[in-house]
Amino acid sequence: MKDFAQLFMAIDQTTKTNAKVAAMRAYFETADPRDKLWTIALFSGRRPKRAVNTTLLRSWAAELAGIPLWLFEESYPIVGDLAETIALVLPDNGSSDDLPLHEWIAFQQALTAQDEDARKAAIIDAWGRLDTTERFLFNKLLTGGFRIGISQKLMTRALAQATAQDEAEVTHKLMGDWTPETVTFESLVLANDPTSDQSRPYPFYLAYQMETEPAALGPPSDWRAEWKWDGIRGQLILRGGAHYLWSRGEDLMTDRFPELARALDFLPDGTVLDGEVLAWDHAAHRPLPFAQLQKRIGRKTVPKKLLAEAPVVLRAYDLLEDQGADIRALPYADRRARLERYIKGLPAAAPLILSEWIDFDDWDALAQIRETSRDNAAEGLMLKRAGAPYLAGRKKGDWWKWKVDPLVIDAVMIYAQSGHGRRANLFTDFTFAVWKGEELVPFTKAYSGLTDKEFREITAWVKKNTIQRFGPVRSVTPHHVFEIAFEGIQESPRHKSGVALRFPRMSRWRQDKPKEEANTYEDLLGMLEVYG
Amino acid sequence: MVLQFTEHGIYCPAGDFYIDPWKPVDRALITHGHADHARWGHKHYLATDAAAPVMKHRLGDVSLESVAYDTKMQIGGATVSFHPAGHVPGSAQIRVDVGGEVWVAAGDYKVVDDGLSEAFEPIPCHAFITESTFALPVFKWTAQSELKRQLNGWWAENRAAGKVSIIGAYSLGKAQRVMAALDDQGPILCHAAIENTNAVLRAQGVPLPDTVLVTAETDRKAFPGAMVICPPSAIGSAWARKFGPQSTAFASGWMALRGIRRRRAVDRGFIMSDHADWPGLNTAIAATGAEKVFVTHGYTSVFTRWLREQGYDAHIVDSGYQGETLDDGEEA
Repeated sequence: MKDFAQLFMAIDQTTKTNAKVAAMRAYFETADPRDKLWTIALFSGRRPKRAVNTTLLRSWAAELAGIPLWLFEESYPIVGDLAETIALVLPDNGSSDDLPLHEWIAFQQALTAQDEDARKAAIIDAWGRLDTTERFLFNKLLTGGFRIGISQKLMTRALAQATAQDEAEVTHKLMGDWTPETVTFESLVLANDPTSDQSRPYPFYLAYQMETEPAALGPPSDWRAEWKWDGIRGQLILRGGAHYLWSRGEDLMTDRFPELARALDFLPDGTVLDGEVLAWDHAAHRPLPFAQLQKRIGRKTVPKKLLAEAPVVLRAYDLLEDQGADIRALPYADRRARLERYIKGLPAAAPLILSEWIDFDDWDALAQIRETSRDNAAEGLMLKRAGAPYLAGRKKGDWWKWKVDPLVIDAVMIYAQSGHGRRANLFTDFTFAVWKGEELVPFTKAYSGLTDKEFREITAWVKKNTIQRFGPVRSVTPHHVFEIAFEGIQESPRHKSGVALRFPRMSRWRQDKPKEEANTYEDLLGMLEVYG
Repeated sequence: MVLQFTEHGIYCPAGDFYIDPWKPVDRALITHGHADHARWGHKHYLATDAAAPVMKHRLGDVSLESVAYDTKMQIGGATVSFHPAGHVPGSAQIRVDVGGEVWVAAGDYKVVDDGLSEAFEPIPCHAFITESTFALPVFKWTAQSELKRQLNGWWAENRAAGKVSIIGAYSLGKAQRVMAALDDQGPILCHAAIENTNAVLRAQGVPLPDTVLVTAETDRKAFPGAMVICPPSAIGSAWARKFGPQSTAFASGWMALRGIRRRRAVDRGFIMSDHADWPGLNTAIAATGAEKVFVTHGYTSVFTRWLREQGYDAHIVDSGYQGETLDDGEEA
C-alpha cells in the first residue's frame, strides 16, 4: 500500500484543491486496477465491513504500546481520531512490507471468520509490517469512515481526467448499488453503458441557498416556484418490473418504504422520478410532522402498526427518465409537462403526489407567499429555471432554495464537549438550557455556527470554568448566552425537555446578554404551540 | 521543603528567591528568556550568561546578573547552579541544594540535541520539577536527521515549482533551529520579530546562517525560491501574501496531530518542538533518580497519575507557565 500511502501524503500535505486532484489523477493513471477500484469505493463512502470492534483494537494497541488503557483513553480525545491515536502510540518499527491495498483489505475481510485470539495475532502482525502512515490508513480501513481530505466530487473529477471522460458521466457511472466485489474497474469506469445496472440512479441535482433578493434572478416568468418540503429527497426508479428508491446520500431505501412498490401499478416501466419522501396524512391531504417520518428512517423493516400510523408518499417534482430514455437534457418545463401527465389524476390510493407549482406574477407576491411556508408544512420555497436541464451535483444558477428565516431562542450554555478531527482539542459541542423558574432545563445541543476564533475563545473559557467532568463532558458555570437558530420544533417524549428541534445551531454569541435574560421554558412551549 | 509553591511562583525559603515567578518579586532566578518564564517587573534577575542578552533585549534595562553553566553559587542558605535544559539557546535547569537535599526546577526542557541549544544534562536530585506540555504517549518526535530531510525536501520542491516557502516558527529558539537545519539552497528571509532575536544571538557567538531582514522596502519578488521565516501569526496575513505563489508550513510539536495541523490550514506541519516528547520526559525523570516529582504546565493530571503508577511520589503544581501554545500566541 506504499503508493496509496503516498497518495494520502500528497493529499494531506497541501491545502490546495488542484494539487489534491492532480495527486489523485496521477494515482488513477498508474495504480493497480484492483487498488483503484477500492480507492473509488473508499472515497465514495463504500466501506469494507468492520472486521474488529474498536474496544478490542484499543486494548490491543495499549497493550502493545506498554501503556494502561486509561492513558490510551485520555489521549484519544486530544488526538480526536481513533485510527490516528492507535498509529501514534504503537512502538516504531523500521521497515515495512509493500502489500497492495486490495490485499490488505482482503486480509481484514478474512478476519471476520476467525476467533478473537487469531484476529488479535493477525492485527498485531499487520501493525508490525506497516510504518506509521500506513498503520494510520490500515486502522482507518479497520474502523470505517474514510474521510481524509478529498471529497467524492474531487475524486470523481480526478478519475474523469485520468480516463479522459466527462465528469458528469463518471459521476453517473459511480452511482448505485455496486461494491468492489461485484464489479471491476473496467466494468464500472471504462465500460460505456451506465444503465447496464438497472438499479443505478442518476446523480441528484442539488440547489444552492439563495444569496440575493430574487429580483436578481431576472423576469419571474423564467422561473417556477414550489414548496420546499421537509422530508427525505428520493429518486424512485421503475425498471425491469422492479422498483428502487435511492436517497441523496446514495442509500438504497427500497425496503424501508414498501408503500412505493405500488408505483409499479400506476406508472410504466422505464420511469425515474425525483421527489420528496414524506410521511403523509391522507385524510387531511398534508404532510405529517417530520418526527413521524423519522420513526420510519431508522427501520429496515416496518411493522404494520407503523405503516398505518405514518404512511409515506413520494411528492414528485421531476421526471428524469421517460419510456427508458434519459430526458435530463430537456428543459425543466418539458420534463414537468410529462411528469404531470403521469401523476395528475392518479387515484388517492397511489403513493405518488405531484409537488404543485405555486402561481405568482411578481417577486413581491412570491415573497409574501413564502412567509406562509410554515403553515403549509414547508421550509420555504424552491425556485427552478423553466428552461434548465437537470444537472449533476451541486451547481449554481438554475435551482435555488429560498428558505424562511429560522426560528430563534436565546439559551444558556451548561455543558461542553470537545470535537473530533480538525476540531479536536477545542470545545465545540454544547448543551443549552432555558429557565424554568430558578432552574435551567436543557433542551438542545448545537455544535456549529461559531468561527474558529470564537471556538478558541470559548474553549479557553470552558477550561477555566469547568464545574465537573463526566467523561468527555464538562458542566460549566452558567454564564454565556447564545442565540440558537432552528428550522422546526416538535413534541418529543424521548427528550427530558419534551421538545426536539430541527437543525439547531448557534446563530449568535450574545455576549451583550446576561444569563438571566435568556428565554424561558414557557417561551419554548409557546413556540411548540405555534410551530409544532 | 527546599522549594515551595506559592502564589508568586516557586520559592526557596533558605535563599529567599523565586524561580521563574509569575508575580513581581525581589529576586528572580530565570530558566530562560520566553515571556511566560522571564516576566517583567522583578527587582533583581539572575540567569545564565547565554540567556542574559536575549533577556536584556526583551526586558530592557533591568537589574540582571548572570552566571556560567555548572557554576555553584551561594544564595543565603542555598547552593545554586544552572545546567543546560536543551530548550532554547541559554536555557537552564536550576539546581538548588539546601543542606544536602537537592531539588531541580527544569523549566522547559528537551532531551534531544538540536545542534543549537546547549544539550540537556540529567542532574541527579531528590525532587524534580517537570513540565508536561507533551506528556501523552501519542507525542513522539521525528528524529532530527529526518526532520532536516523533510524540511529541505519541502524547500527544494517549492523552489522547483517556483514557489516561496513560508514557515511559521516562534522567534526565540524555534526560528533559529529551523535556520540551523536548512541546507544552503537559497536566500533565507526573516520577519523583523525573528531577525531582532537573530542579531542578539549572533552577537553572543551563536552560529547562524546569513539571513535577510524583510522590511516595508524589501522587494519581495527579488528572492525567488526563498525560505521565509516568520511568527506563526504572520502566516496567511497581508504581509505574507506579498511574497506571491507560496507553500506554507508551521513548525511545532502540535503538528504531530493531524486534526490540529488541518485546523492551522497550512500545507505542511513539521513536528519540531522545544519540549520533551513522551519518551523524553520519562527518560529525563528516570535519569534524575528523583523520588518526588512535581508536574507543572501541560497534561498535569494525566502525567501525575502515570508517574504515580510508575512508583514516583508525584504531585500537580499550578503555575503561570504556558508551554507550547496550540493556537494563537507568539511564545513557546
